[in-house]
Amino acid sequence: MIGPKHSTFKRILPQLLILAAALAINLVVFPDFFDIDFRNGRLFGNLIDVLNRAAPVAILCVGMTLVIATRGIDLSVGAVMAIAGATSAAVVVEGHGWVTALLAGLGAGALCGLWNGILVAVLKIQPIVATLVLMVAGRGVAQLITEGKILTFSNEGLIHLGAGVVAGVPTPILVWMALGALVIFVVRRTALGMLIEAIGINERSSRLAGINSRVLLISVYLVSGLCAALAGVIVAADIKGADANNAGLWLELDAILAVVIGGNSLLGGRFSILASLIGALIIQSVNSVILLSGMPPEFNLVIKALLILAILVIQSPRISTLVYMLRASGPQPQPDTAPLPKTQKEEAQ
Amino acid sequence: MIRSTHLPLLVTLATFVLAYALCASAYPSMLSTRVVANLLTDNAFLGIAAVGMTFVILSGGIDLSIGSVIAFTGVFLAVVLRDTSMHPLLAFALALMITTAFGAAMGALIHYLEMPPFIVTLAGMFLARGAAYVLSTESVPITHEFYDVLQGLYWKDPSGGRFRLIGGIMVLTFLVGILVAHRTRFGQNVYALGGGGQTAKLMGLPLASTTIGIYAISGGLAGLSGIVFSLYTSAGYSLATVGVELDAIAAVVIGGTLLTGGYGYVAGTFFGILIMGLIQTYIVFDGTLSSWWTKIVIGGLLFAFIVLQKGLTWATQARRRTTTGSAAHS
Amino acid sequence: MTHDTGPVLHAKGISKFFPGTIALDEVDLRLEPGEVHALLGENGAGKSTLIKCLTGAYQRDGGSIHLDGQEVSPQSTADSQRLGIGTVYQEVNLLPNLTVAENLYLGRQPMRWGLMARRRMNAMARETLAGYGLDIDPAEPLTAYSVAIQQVVAIARAVEMSGKVLILDEPTASLDRDEVQLLFSVIRQLRERGLAVVFITHFLDQVFEISDRATILRNGRVVGTRVLADVSQKDVVTLMLGRQLEAQVHERKPAKAGDTLIEVDGLGKRGMLEPLSLALREGEVVGLAGLLGSGRTETANLMFGAVPADQGQMLLRGKEISVSTPREAVKHRFALCPEDRKTEGIVGDLSVRDNIILARQASQGWMRPIPRAEVNAIAERYVKALDIRLASLDMPIRLLSGGNQQKALLARWLATNPDFLILDEPTRGIDVGAHAEIIALIEQLRADGMALLVASSELEELVAYSTRVIVLRDRKQVRELAGAEITPENIVHAIAEHDAPTEEVAQ
Repeated sequence: MIGPKHSTFKRILPQLLILAAALAINLVVFPDFFDIDFRNGRLFGNLIDVLNRAAPVAILCVGMTLVIATRGIDLSVGAVMAIAGATSAAVVVEGHGWVTALLAGLGAGALCGLWNGILVAVLKIQPIVATLVLMVAGRGVAQLITEGKILTFSNEGLIHLGAGVVAGVPTPILVWMALGALVIFVVRRTALGMLIEAIGINERSSRLAGINSRVLLISVYLVSGLCAALAGVIVAADIKGADANNAGLWLELDAILAVVIGGNSLLGGRFSILASLIGALIIQSVNSVILLSGMPPEFNLVIKALLILAILVIQSPRISTLVYMLRASGPQPQPDTAPLPKTQKEEAQ
Repeated sequence: MIRSTHLPLLVTLATFVLAYALCASAYPSMLSTRVVANLLTDNAFLGIAAVGMTFVILSGGIDLSIGSVIAFTGVFLAVVLRDTSMHPLLAFALALMITTAFGAAMGALIHYLEMPPFIVTLAGMFLARGAAYVLSTESVPITHEFYDVLQGLYWKDPSGGRFRLIGGIMVLTFLVGILVAHRTRFGQNVYALGGGGQTAKLMGLPLASTTIGIYAISGGLAGLSGIVFSLYTSAGYSLATVGVELDAIAAVVIGGTLLTGGYGYVAGTFFGILIMGLIQTYIVFDGTLSSWWTKIVIGGLLFAFIVLQKGLTWATQARRRTTTGSAAHS
Repeated sequence: MTHDTGPVLHAKGISKFFPGTIALDEVDLRLEPGEVHALLGENGAGKSTLIKCLTGAYQRDGGSIHLDGQEVSPQSTADSQRLGIGTVYQEVNLLPNLTVAENLYLGRQPMRWGLMARRRMNAMARETLAGYGLDIDPAEPLTAYSVAIQQVVAIARAVEMSGKVLILDEPTASLDRDEVQLLFSVIRQLRERGLAVVFITHFLDQVFEISDRATILRNGRVVGTRVLADVSQKDVVTLMLGRQLEAQVHERKPAKAGDTLIEVDGLGKRGMLEPLSLALREGEVVGLAGLLGSGRTETANLMFGAVPADQGQMLLRGKEISVSTPREAVKHRFALCPEDRKTEGIVGDLSVRDNIILARQASQGWMRPIPRAEVNAIAERYVKALDIRLASLDMPIRLLSGGNQQKALLARWLATNPDFLILDEPTRGIDVGAHAEIIALIEQLRADGMALLVASSELEELVAYSTRVIVLRDRKQVRELAGAEITPENIVHAIAEHDAPTEEVAQ
C-alpha cells in the first residue's frame, strides 16, 4: 500500500518539476538568481522576492482551492481584497491600533464570504453568477469606504504586516506559509478535507450519506473571503495605503490559475492546497523570468494564457478519453469503445 | 396573461422608465435630446460588445475576453495606421477578421475540449490583452483624415442633440442582433443550446457550428466595438477597457436575460445599457454623488435581477411539480 | 394488425457489450407497419440499451438493423431521425424555453427571404397539431401546456421528421388517466397511418390497452414475443420476472419476535406515494415488491428522508420522530443503500477507504476525525467480512466492479451500526457470486437483530429472506404477505391482480 507521505509527493511532483524548470530558466537569464544576502537584518535576493511577491496569490489560492474543490468558483476575491484593505486602512486612520484594523479587515472579508456562501448554498445560485455580484459591486463598496481616495496610513504595526521583517524574513512570506500550513493541517487532520471532496465529487451521494453540505459550502466561501481579506490587508500594508481601484485587480484570475496549475480540477473533487501554493510560486517565478530577462513585461499575459491553454488541453475530458482509447487499442482490444476507465485499471491489478 | 419569460424584460422596461422619470424629475434637462444623444454616443462601444455577450449568455456561456479584444483592436488599428499606409477601412476589415477568428477559435476549444467557457475565455482574455501589450504599451494616438471624416458625421437635432455615427452603429448592431436572434435558424439554435445542450443534441442540432458561431460573433462584435472605441477616443491603448466584460454581462442581466441561458432578448440588453448609462449620467448631473455609486447600484441591480430570475425558475418548477403531482392519481 | 408487406424494421441478433456485462445478447425485434409493439422488461433487462442501439445513441457490437428491407447503421440520433426512426422520451425532449411551434420546427423552420417565416411556421404548426387532435396556440411557450400536450408535440415532431418508426420510451410515466387517453388516441391514429410504434412502459394495463404485440426482455435476452390478445397479464409478468416462479418453498428461519422498532403511519407524498403504513420489528426483514414505478424506491426514500414526506408520521421505539433529511435519519441510526449506486451512492473519485468511512465520519462531525488507525481497522474489517475485492483501499471506488461497490456501500452503512437498514435493489447489476453473498449478509444481519426493509424486483430473492412482503402497485400499498403466504406466485398475483382488495396491514 502506498503511504500518505509518498502519495503527497507523487501528487505534487509535476508542479515541483514545473517550478524547478521555471527557477532554472531564471538562473539561465540571471546567474545570480539564487544568491541570498543578509543585510540590515533582512534577507535579500531574487528568490526571496519571488516568495514575497507570491504572497497575495498564495493566500488567495488557499481559499480558492477549497471553493473549487466543491465545484464552485469565487470571482469576488479581488474585490474583497479591496474592501478589506480599505476597511483596515479606514480603521487605523481613525486612530485605532493595527490589531483592531486587521480584525476589522478580516471581519469585512468574512461578511463577504458569508454573503457568497448564502447565495450559493441557500439560494442555490451557481457560484460563477453568485460571486459575480460582489465582483462588480465590491470595488464600489471599497471606494465608498476610502471615499475614492487612496487612503494612506502610517501605522507601523499595520505596515509591518506587508513590508516588515520577522527574524530576517519578510512578513508576507511568513504569513502565507503559516496560513497554508494551518489550513492544510486543519483540513487534513480533521475530516474536513474528505467531506469537502465528497460534496465536490457527488453532492447527492454525500447528502444521502448524512453530510451537511449546506453548512460546508457556506464555510468554504467564508474561508475564501477570510483569505481574500488577509491578502487585501497585506497588499494595503505593503504600499501603506488602500487603493480601492487597483488593489487585487485581476488577482482572482491569478488565484484560479494557481489552483489550476496545481492540478486541481475545475470540476471539483480531490484537491491539494500544497500543489496550489506551488502553482502560485510558479506564476511568480514566470513573472520573475520576464522581469530578469529584460523581456518586456507585456509578455507576461501571453505566457499565462499559453499556460492556461496547455493545462486546459491536458485536463480536457476529451483528451483523457483519447489517451485511454490509444492505450486500450494496445494488446487487448476492448469489445466496447465506451470510455470507461474501469476495465483497464482492473486488469492492471 | 403575462408569460413568466417576459417578466424580466418587463421589469427591465419598468426600471428604465422609472429611472428616467426619477432622473427627469430631479433634473428636467435630462429630458433633452442632447442627453439622449450623449447616452447613445458614450455607450456605443459597450452596447455593441453587449450584443455579442447577449448571444453568448443566451447560449448558456460567458465570454470574459471582450474587454481585452476591444483594447487589442484599438491598439492594432492605431499601430497599423501609424506604421503603414493602409487605409482605415482595410484596417477595420483586417481587425474584424482577426477578432472573429479569435472568437471562433475559443468557441472551437469550448466545444471540442468540452471545457467551461469561463476558463477558455479567461485564457483568451490574457492572450488578447497580452497581444495588445506586445503591440504597444503606450497610448498610440490615431491621426488620420478618414477618422476625422467619420467623427464629423452626425445628425444634429433641432434642439441641440448630436447623434453621432458610432451611436448609429450601435443601434444598427442591436437591430441586426434582434433579427439574427429571433428570425434566423442560427438564432433559434442559440436559444436551443441555452435551453439544454443535451436535448438540443438529441433534436439533431449542429452543436459545433453553433457554439463556434456564437463565440465568433462575440469576438467579431468586440472587434467592431474596438473600432468604435478607437473612433470615440482617437487612440489605441492596451490598458483601455479593462473590465468591460463585466459591464457587458451586467447590461445583459439587467436587460432581463437569464445568466444560465435560454431566456432573454437582445432588445432587453439595449435597455440594460441605457439603464447603466442613466445611472452614470445622473451621477454626473448630481455632482455631489461619487462615481463609485455607479458600481454599487449596478451590483445591486445585478443582484436584484439574479434573485428575480431565481424566483421565477423556482415558481416554474413548483408549477411543474404540481402538474406531475396531479398525475399520480391515475 | 399485421400487413403482409414485411416488417418496417427488423433488428436481427443485436448484441451490445459493456465492460464486464453483456447488455444485449442476440436480440431480435420485428416491427410490422401499423402495429403498436410493447417492449417489456424490468430495469436492466436491456430495453433502453436496445433503443439506444436502434437510434444510434450506441453503436451495436453485433447484429444488423433493416429498415424497409435496407440494412442501416445509424451513427447518431440525428442520423436515425433522417432514416425514419423517431424517438420520444419520458422526460419530454423538447426545449422548455422555446414556443410550441419553434420546438416543432427546430432545425427545419420555413424561411422567407433568408428569415424565419414565423407566422407561416405558427400556422403550419397549428395545422399539424390539429391533425393530432390538439387545438392549441403554437406561439405560446411549450411550458404553458401540460406534460401530455408536450408529449404529443414531441410525437408530432418525431413523426413529421421521421415517419416510419416511432419509439415511445415511457411516455406515460407522468401523465394522469385522461392525459393517457389523449396520448393513446394519438397513437391509434398513427397506427392507422401505418407507422410502427414501439411502446415502452411499466404500466401493464396500458400495454394491454394499446399494444398489439409485446416483446419481453430479461437480462439482455428476448424471452418471448406474444400477441397480447392471446395472453393474460400474469403470463407477461411471469415472463418478465422469470425463471423462479415454480420455486420451492423456502426454509425460513423463524422470525425472532423482537421488539417493535419502527411504526410508520400514513407516510406519503403527493405525486409520489399514497399513504403507507407498516411496522417493523427488530430481527425482521420486510420486503417491498412491485413492478418498476410501483413506489418501491419512493417508499425507501421517504423513510430515509431523502425526499421529505408531506404526510404521515413515524415512530421509533414508540416515540414520534421527524425524518425530513438524511442527516436526521442517520442520527436515528437509519441507513439507506440507494438503487442508483452511481449517482446516489458512491463518491466516485474518493478512495474505497474514504467511501466506507464517509457516513460514520459525517455523523461524528468534521471536528472529530476518526483516527487513521481506526479508519484502516474499520475498512479492513469490512473488506474482509464482506469479501470486497480490491487492489488497495486507496483506489477510487469507481474502479471497483458493481458488486464490490455495492458491498462497499453496505460497509459504509454497517460502519455506522444502524438499527434500521433500507436496501433498495441491493443485488441489481452485480454478478452471481456477489449476489449470493449479499443475500447471505441480509440473513445474517436479520439474525443479529437488525430491522431491514428491502426493495427488490427479484421475487426469488424477496421470498428467500423476507419475513413479510409488502406489495405495491401504482404507488400504492396493495397487499401484505406473511409467513407461508410469501411465494412468488402470490406476489405475482398481487401485482397483476386488478382492483386488488387492499388488505388491512396485519399487525
